[in-house]
Amino acid sequence: MFDLLSNANTQWVLIGSIMLGFASGVIGSFVLLKKQSLISDAMAHATLPGVGLMYIMFEYKSIPLFLIGATMTALLATYSIQLIIKHSRIKTDAAIGSVLSVFFALGIVFLTYISKNTSGNHSGLDDFIFGQAASLVASDVRMITIGSAILILLSALFFKEFKITIFDPLYAMGLGLPVRFLNMVLLGLVVGIVVIGIQMVGVVLIAALLITPPLSARYWTDQLGYMTILSGIFGAVSGVAGTVISTIGEGLPTGPMIVLSTSVIFLFSLLLGSKKGLIPKVVSTHEL
Amino acid sequence: MNALSVQNLTVTYDKTPVLQHVGFDIPKGSLTGIIGPNGAGKSTLIKAILQLIPRTSGDIQVYGKPYHRKRRLIGYVPQRSEVDWDFPTSALDVVLMGRYGHIGFIKRPGKKEIQMAQEALRKVGMEDYQDRQISQLSGGQQQRVFLARALAQDARIYFMDEPFVGVDAATEKAIIQLMQEWKDEGKTVLVVHHDLQTVEDYFDHVLLLNKSPVGCGPTQKVFTMENLKQTYGGSLKFIGEHSVVLQERV
Repeated sequence: MFDLLSNANTQWVLIGSIMLGFASGVIGSFVLLKKQSLISDAMAHATLPGVGLMYIMFEYKSIPLFLIGATMTALLATYSIQLIIKHSRIKTDAAIGSVLSVFFALGIVFLTYISKNTSGNHSGLDDFIFGQAASLVASDVRMITIGSAILILLSALFFKEFKITIFDPLYAMGLGLPVRFLNMVLLGLVVGIVVIGIQMVGVVLIAALLITPPLSARYWTDQLGYMTILSGIFGAVSGVAGTVISTIGEGLPTGPMIVLSTSVIFLFSLLLGSKKGLIPKVVSTHEL
Repeated sequence: MNALSVQNLTVTYDKTPVLQHVGFDIPKGSLTGIIGPNGAGKSTLIKAILQLIPRTSGDIQVYGKPYHRKRRLIGYVPQRSEVDWDFPTSALDVVLMGRYGHIGFIKRPGKKEIQMAQEALRKVGMEDYQDRQISQLSGGQQQRVFLARALAQDARIYFMDEPFVGVDAATEKAIIQLMQEWKDEGKTVLVVHHDLQTVEDYFDHVLLLNKSPVGCGPTQKVFTMENLKQTYGGSLKFIGEHSVVLQERV
């Protein structure tokens, strides 16, 4: 085990998982408070056909190309959801559910087509579904690390603006803040984290990395600033734990391991969290 | 001089007009109550003036200049029910938001901003609650936090959407006191209000609205039974000369 962890490549992967986990915890805090967790899950699933399409068109694995494809289909899915809600009698949950399935199904069709009909090295494409940290090469890890750093930086820069537009969008508009632009930036951050995270965590489960860490963090603090940092730390710890477990237990997919780690932290927070955790709540009611 | 001048404002939801050809002038330093039945478009009017919702037509001038050039002068107190009070933030943090327009993009609030926010909280009697999570405040206290935020914004024209709904006596007093203070400083205040019995006590001007304005001007002149009947249709019952009771049609 220690041999494995002292391996330079593994160390890089660990740094990548820390950064990715931290970034998704931070961005997830905004997404959760904006009540867009479900949309972010749909966006994650919708990146798959974009990735597949790019591979079919160019026949080689290129992360920048995949990013472009994934962004396009994720945005298309978001737009479709908004369109359906606005112009039909279909409600939000049904709209999200159906769009998510359609895009994911399309992605699976593309991946199947690729594995049957294209030549070249398409190994690793399957990893986009559940994530596989072991398949990451140095350039992937570099992309994840730098990408996460940029996303964290943007979240820090726009922190005050995100806070007011999520808490009170009308008031923010009244102050003359570019609320639409800020919503676009936040959407961009979500697409960004999904796209750079899919290789490690997979499209099916990346949304859990956006949702669960902030949920856990909310049990420990009533301040948005602390919540985002704590959520980032929870995400980073889960990232590392999942990566280590999946690297040691050969063949275990990374995504599910990371998500199970976030869930353990969540259970712990739900029970013991200082703000409305179940046990402190029971104790304080009995004291009163 | 008119602080606010609205001309030919029309707002449409799904092809149904909510406001039609609304035009009126509000003099500087006045306290105006915006009065009308449910669904008359009172909140919509405020939101359309503040450009928070799209409008079909309309020209809005602030101190004789187009609205977008004078945006800085406008303060807004939304309805309390429009935000999620479980949001992880403190009373002081919410009041600080009033300074965001002044602080500028990306920059953080400094010592001066925090002092202004604390001063605003003190003015509404909430200085002991600055670190309190906002969900742990009573309805009246939440309203006072919103008032403090508007105060911290240091605007010249204030729009308030139903500030008296569901508040305790202390908060009601704080709102009235603040409105009076603003008036004395030459500021202009417009308030969506639905308690007809207090109109004459609170406001020196009224705007009677039912999709389009029925009357606008000094309270004594405009707040007449004739006009009220026209605004509310048959849903009003008059008792005595000066007190009116709103009665829903069954």
